[in-house]
Amino acid sequence: MKLEYIVAVIVLLFAGQFFYGVLANPDSEFGGADGAAGDLVSEISPGYEPAEPWFQKYLFEPPGGETESLLFALQAAFGAIVIGYTIGYYRGKGESNK
Amino acid sequence: MHIFEGFLPSPWWQAWFAISIPVILYGMYKMNKLVSERREVVPLLAVAGAFIFVLSSLKLPSVTGSSSHPTGTGMAAILFGPAITAVLGVIVLIYQAIFLAHGGITTLGANAASMAVIGPLVAYLFYKAASKAGMNFYLNVFLATAIADWVTYVVTSLQLALAFPSASGGVLASFAAFAGIFATTQVPLAILEGALTALIMKYVVQIKSDVLVDLNVLTTTAVTKLKEAMQ
Repeated sequence: MKLEYIVAVIVLLFAGQFFYGVLANPDSEFGGADGAAGDLVSEISPGYEPAEPWFQKYLFEPPGGETESLLFALQAAFGAIVIGYTIGYYRGKGESNK
Repeated sequence: MHIFEGFLPSPWWQAWFAISIPVILYGMYKMNKLVSERREVVPLLAVAGAFIFVLSSLKLPSVTGSSSHPTGTGMAAILFGPAITAVLGVIVLIYQAIFLAHGGITTLGANAASMAVIGPLVAYLFYKAASKAGMNFYLNVFLATAIADWVTYVVTSLQLALAFPSASGGVLASFAAFAGIFATTQVPLAILEGALTALIMKYVVQIKSDVLVDLNVLTTTAVTKLKEAMQ
């Protein structure tokens, strides 16, 4: 069980750094670092216009934040099901072979 | 590490495709071979891929006031090597580029190079070297995956710096500025990812240690020792 305790402490420390971050950056909305990098591009190369490839208009784009969070949640749920199922399956198999 | 659609001018986006595509193709060949020769690894391959799915869907807040993604690729790299990991990683990137408008199609090559190729390669090399040196297995997994996660974002910073050198300081000044955003934000996330990967690897040792020996991840004696420690 020792490793589980260490991981639990690291998770708590992670939560701690988040709350510290909230205090240290009171105006921040914790937007994506990739977005911040996009802003930096326009700062370094003020004239740069992101090129829009011809197929862009045929691509699906989530209509808003709600749909986007749905798709992210589906991605996580799918992964979690596979991990839980597989580990559970082999654990159960191991138990019944004892 | 997602570089948005259109945020890499020619010839940079083509150049990163040129680097990623051969690795991905080689990875597909290796994966096919592995799966047809050893059916018993398929569940583990699924877990490693699913781990990338879960971790890369999480947008985690960092002390810097920004959010970013872990990559989840370190585990697959340790288990199956960097080439097969490249295939698993690029599947996630395609999903995010097509359905989430996160990342992009033209920038897919660059995003694949950082998250699916170079990061996993670093994890793999670190793991192999440290396990040869006799490092504790869990500490090794923790360090290898945390470093790989962090390196992924250093590579992204470099990709953007090469494409957008600053007028005054050139590529180096640009790199410092992009790394200031990505690499610092990523430090807490990389530590968390390393810890979670070490934990899930403990369960893999519990349930599938024979496959770990087959894949040359651990020796039989190392597995016996790890299992004794669990009792």
